[in-house]
Amino acid sequence: MFDIFLDDAPALVVVLPLLISAIIAFMPSKIWPWIISIITLLLHLFLSLHLLKEISVSGLIIYEFGNWEPPWGISFKIDGVNIGLQLLFSIFVLVSTLYSRKIFLNEIDYRDSGKAYSLWLLAVGSLNGIILTNDIFNLFVFLEISALASISLIALGAGQNRKALLAAFNYLIIGAIGATFYVIGVGFAYAMTGTLNMNDLVIQLTQYSDGQLAIFAGMSFMLIGLMVKAAIFPVHIWLPPAYSYAPSAVSTLLAALATKTILYFFVRLLYEVFIIYPSYLSLFLDFVLYPLSLLAIFIGTVIAIYQDDIKKLLAFSSIAQIGYITLAFSLKDHSGVASGFVHIFNHALIKGGLFMAVGYFAILYKDRVTLNSLKGFGYKYPITSFALLICGLSLIGLPLTNGFISKLYLFQALYTNQMYFSIALVAVSSALAVVYFWKIVEQMWFSEIKFKSEKEDAYIYLPIWIVTISIIVFGIYSTPIIEFSNLSADYLISGYQN
Amino acid sequence: MSNSFLIILGIITPLFAALFSYVCRYNNNLRDSFGIIGGLITFVISLKIFHGIQNNEVYQITFFTLFDGVDFAFKVSALGSIFSLVASSLWILASIYTIGYMRGAGEKNQTRFVIFYSIAIHAALAIAWSGNLLVLFIFYEILTFSTFPLVGHKQNTESQSAGRLYLSILVGTSLIFFLPAIFWIWLKTGTLDFQDGGILMNKFPAEYLSFLIAMLVFGIGKAAIMPIHRWLPAAMVAPTPVSALLHAVAVVKAGVFSFLVVVVYIVGPDFLLQTKSSDWLVWLACFTIMASSIIAITKDDLKARLAYSTISQLSYIILGAALASSLALKGASFHIITHALGKITLFFCAGAIYVTAHIKKVSDLKGMGYKLPLIFFAYTLGALSIIGVPPFIGSWSKFYLIMGSIEREFIIVAIILGISSLLNIYYLLQPVVIGFTQNSKKEIKLIKAPLTVWPPLITGLGCLVFFFYANYFLNNISGVIVN
Repeated sequence: MFDIFLDDAPALVVVLPLLISAIIAFMPSKIWPWIISIITLLLHLFLSLHLLKEISVSGLIIYEFGNWEPPWGISFKIDGVNIGLQLLFSIFVLVSTLYSRKIFLNEIDYRDSGKAYSLWLLAVGSLNGIILTNDIFNLFVFLEISALASISLIALGAGQNRKALLAAFNYLIIGAIGATFYVIGVGFAYAMTGTLNMNDLVIQLTQYSDGQLAIFAGMSFMLIGLMVKAAIFPVHIWLPPAYSYAPSAVSTLLAALATKTILYFFVRLLYEVFIIYPSYLSLFLDFVLYPLSLLAIFIGTVIAIYQDDIKKLLAFSSIAQIGYITLAFSLKDHSGVASGFVHIFNHALIKGGLFMAVGYFAILYKDRVTLNSLKGFGYKYPITSFALLICGLSLIGLPLTNGFISKLYLFQALYTNQMYFSIALVAVSSALAVVYFWKIVEQMWFSEIKFKSEKEDAYIYLPIWIVTISIIVFGIYSTPIIEFSNLSADYLISGYQN
Repeated sequence: MSNSFLIILGIITPLFAALFSYVCRYNNNLRDSFGIIGGLITFVISLKIFHGIQNNEVYQITFFTLFDGVDFAFKVSALGSIFSLVASSLWILASIYTIGYMRGAGEKNQTRFVIFYSIAIHAALAIAWSGNLLVLFIFYEILTFSTFPLVGHKQNTESQSAGRLYLSILVGTSLIFFLPAIFWIWLKTGTLDFQDGGILMNKFPAEYLSFLIAMLVFGIGKAAIMPIHRWLPAAMVAPTPVSALLHAVAVVKAGVFSFLVVVVYIVGPDFLLQTKSSDWLVWLACFTIMASSIIAITKDDLKARLAYSTISQLSYIILGAALASSLALKGASFHIITHALGKITLFFCAGAIYVTAHIKKVSDLKGMGYKLPLIFFAYTLGALSIIGVPPFIGSWSKFYLIMGSIEREFIIVAIILGISSLLNIYYLLQPVVIGFTQNSKKEIKLIKAPLTVWPPLITGLGCLVFFFYANYFLNNISGVIVN
């Protein structure tokens, strides 16, 4: 009986959360929405594992909705590029849902918990759609659903701080501009080729092999739209307030996965479709993405140093970390793309862990967590604080943590491309990361105030430690991450070289 | 007992000492005794390994692979066996001294102090026995982070800013220069293992070697070569046991040890001699020796003076490594031992004077020599050894360094070493001279702290006695370094 469902697994990972989301929206209960979400996401993980099994056999799955063949119908594509991300997504969403319960109970009205989890699943389903879709207009739909769901989730933070409304509104406006840019680009592409399917697009575009202004304009619109959504410097301004005023569980989900999925689609578009115009591609990568990434790394890190609010500090650090990923993607070779994917995986874990720990502190402190308010927390809440320390050391990139693996492969990629200036900049910025992170550590363990240790909530520190331990495990045994990343790069770069 | 087990035991003993100290945190005597016990155990192990190395035994253990060609592994080299012997033997004395000092000075947070002290020793031993450059780097960072609470121990504004400076310089330089240098070596050679004769020959472009050496010497900030020396005087706000064991022995020696190891086992002295890529470093080291000696003269604070003296002495070792001839390397490695013994004596004495008489400044020492004869006796022994007067152990390393510079035909360097000894005489013996001038009018209340007196006496006499047993150490060194 299950086989029927398993055949539709690619669709179900997206549709299941969306369906359940509608069911639990008006559930007045405090606990049932959470339990149903957990069950849904367990199924989701099961389906993802099933997809992994299928992929390891066949290597490629094209799922046609309603059996409408592409290019007429919408299709999902699962291959080596996105299967790793799909798995990470599934696992991390489950862990952060485990974590979210206590946070939601503390930060939002319990009567809203049904709505909150409904939006949560909506965001999960649509973000997963971004990972799987093979259709540029369908992507726009998922982008919009995920944006609206995240905006509403961010606005739920208004119970704690009214600024959350402003942050959500900001995101709404800027996100809408980004989406508009993207959809204009899609319009151009459709006008020129008459297709929306990515595989078909590649075929249709070859008729304009010498390039045409409308095509380039369309591509530029699409890329700029996605850059806004992925918070690539300098169009990142919606991100820091959004991450910092959202309920902490939401920050965790968004910081770890939202921008990552869009970055994934961004690189897929670049190396799978726009590859037909190598001169345009290298122009974009060398003169737009590469310098912007360097600026993002440097400026994001420096701004983070001057932040007093911890969640904002982490958000600006995210800007810099996204810069690392786009820097890697701008290298145009296998090592670069692979190291970008490595950092997508690792940074999702690191930033997720950090936001989880800080979010926990926020509900314990019952106010915004600033540097000052962390005084003595290292003694008061030793279990969570220690997890925070490990995540932070990984963010800096010290050996035995997965952050180091990211750095290693990024250095290697930069070195083979002889970008010595970038190596120096990355090294300096990782040293600057010590500055902002150590400000936190100093407050937590080395301030004059001391507390007796208090009991911590296992509901919360368990998910945090799952993430933290995986940070250490992948720092020592990095093979799975490296293999998934190499697989992604293999698929994407093979197109580049042909 | 198998050899690999010995390594594990040696490395985790300090961690257990830290753990037991925490468990017994409510019983002061029990808590502090674990430092001594741990010191004794690690000392016995280090001694056994030291002898084993002499008899060509191999001490090696591999845990897991970190990435291509780089394992998480320990392997004791001849240099490492010396460093671990120094660190563990002095840990015993320092633990005894710590008890006397911390209680005499009435410091707070003693449990935290003892714990991080042990962790720092753990990191130092792991550095000594590390099997490749990445493992060394890992424990280099652990050493930095574990000494941060010790530097900022007093938790006032001064120690807080000193702690920040300490951390930002040491971690900053290691992340900006040291780690990229390690990546560079790995990308060129595909390995980071320590091997006799180095791994870079024929694999690394000779024209970039000077640049790599620069990245390493500035990246290993613990070696405190100018201009990366500011953290060391700043770190003197820490309680004296920290200055004594860590900032005269474990931490700074970990720095120069790392650099020596890189020169001997990664770059290879032959490669260095062929390309002459480190000749510029000879001059920088000479500059550091002279400049910090002159700064030391101007310092009235005894610990600050000793700190600048340490910077100067560390550059002797950098100098020896940069010269890279076999005599110079021998002198440099031996200087790790001699300077450790001498300088820990001086710091012990400075701390003892502070605990018993609450004097920090050299100019306040008038007449104290008559009141604290034992301490001043020990101080004089240590000072003479560092100056390099026979029959003190310090004379050997200086002798070899001067021979090494003549061997490489750097006559000016030999002269600079001579001048530096003269400066040493001035700034190290001045406190003794002032101590024995008889015009102390005001009465100073003395606090008895016998536990702070005996350790410096032992190390001071050690400086004298080991002069006659220098061959015991030198045999071990010359076995590997002779090229």
